[in-house]
Amino acid sequence: MYGGGYIFDEPNRKQLREEEQHDEPEKLAAFEERIAKGEKIEPGDWMPVEYRRQLIRLIEQHAHSEIIGALPEGTWITRAPGFKRKLALIAKVQDEIGHGQLLYNAAETLGKSREAMINDLLSGKSKYSNVFNYPAETWADVAVIGFLIDAAAIVNQVANAKGSYGPYCRALERICYEESFHLKQGHDAFIELATGTPAQKDMLQDALNRWWQPIMHFFGPPDKASSHSEKLMQWKVKMASNDEMRNQFLESYVPKIWELGLTLPDPALRKNPESGRWEYTDPDWDEFFRVINGGGPCNTERLQVRKWAEEQGRWVRKALMRPTEKRAFPVA
Amino acid sequence: MSNDSLDPRVNRLKLGDAGEVVKVEEGENWNIYEVFHQEKRGAHHEHVGCVHAPDPQLALVFAKEQFARRKRCVNLWVVKSADILAFDVEDEDMFANNLEKTYRDASGFKVMEKINKFKQSK
Repeated sequence: MYGGGYIFDEPNRKQLREEEQHDEPEKLAAFEERIAKGEKIEPGDWMPVEYRRQLIRLIEQHAHSEIIGALPEGTWITRAPGFKRKLALIAKVQDEIGHGQLLYNAAETLGKSREAMINDLLSGKSKYSNVFNYPAETWADVAVIGFLIDAAAIVNQVANAKGSYGPYCRALERICYEESFHLKQGHDAFIELATGTPAQKDMLQDALNRWWQPIMHFFGPPDKASSHSEKLMQWKVKMASNDEMRNQFLESYVPKIWELGLTLPDPALRKNPESGRWEYTDPDWDEFFRVINGGGPCNTERLQVRKWAEEQGRWVRKALMRPTEKRAFPVA
Repeated sequence: MSNDSLDPRVNRLKLGDAGEVVKVEEGENWNIYEVFHQEKRGAHHEHVGCVHAPDPQLALVFAKEQFARRKRCVNLWVVKSADILAFDVEDEDMFANNLEKTYRDASGFKVMEKINKFKQSK
């Protein structure tokens, strides 16, 4: 589901050794030429240290987002209204966990083990998409997540799927295919509430009001505040700017919300007929950073559940372990 | 942590704020297996990705969950990533003249020219 345009930097990133900070200029030039020609980079290929580091960070945080993102929705499986919705939600949540696995594998091809990634998630060193630090209070929240958060994630993932790193692109291709079902079932649940009884409409409007700011946060801080993304764009790690993706999302989905007679809690939201771009009130970015740094309503709970699962599953994993076997990173 | 979580596990298990830092040991997530998917009988098995598993049997079970939830699938193979032997990507140049070997390609033989020349000479 859930990339998010904002890549969090590791708070206590190790200083690279002196020789690692400088890539050989000829190799770097050949590498950049390959990317400019549209070639994909594969695991065994030479790559700049910074390219590898940024990709691990991006893909790992995308993977964590899939795993943690399953939690707010997963709690609604037992309470889904009706058998068909329950089946769809179980399938979706299973897909999200599967996406996490695909992405962990893609990150592993770059040389960071799955265990190291999980440890960094549990210790709080590595982040996940900020939207999952908010609770899904009602069934309407599940409809809003399934429709709009997945839609936002698709905008992000479709862009990233055209990036330069082969294993990440291949994982995203499979993910985007499955996301189309997530989006459709979310839209369907959303429409059912929007066209239902007054109580259902109120419930949906309330969920929309609460989720609008996290959704606007989803693509990350405005371009004017984002640093060092030029190199990432040139290396095709980042495929579109935060504002670009946010605008693309608004262009596609605001009309789909308005056509159902719903409102969005931003009086300034409108498409400028001259520039063709969407205008909106800047969401509260201090709140965004406060939540990323652990101050959101569900940060602690999400990690607690994840730790509990890790601890409860440990004896099974250990019983099945064959530590003498040779391990290797995925080949592609 | 407050007791009014929407996640029933948090309330039921009384998951608290504090707690020891969980550390996953290296190797705890087992080994990596490459997965090959066959869409229909008679077709090649194609590489689709990989799974973590303690042994080949469980790798097959996980591969089914991961790569055969949708669409057609009639069979899967798994093989340990460590057992795959591949050329070094830096040796790619050894294949460079493949496209120049017209003598082992049907397009490298022009028989019609010779036949026509022979017919005209009669």
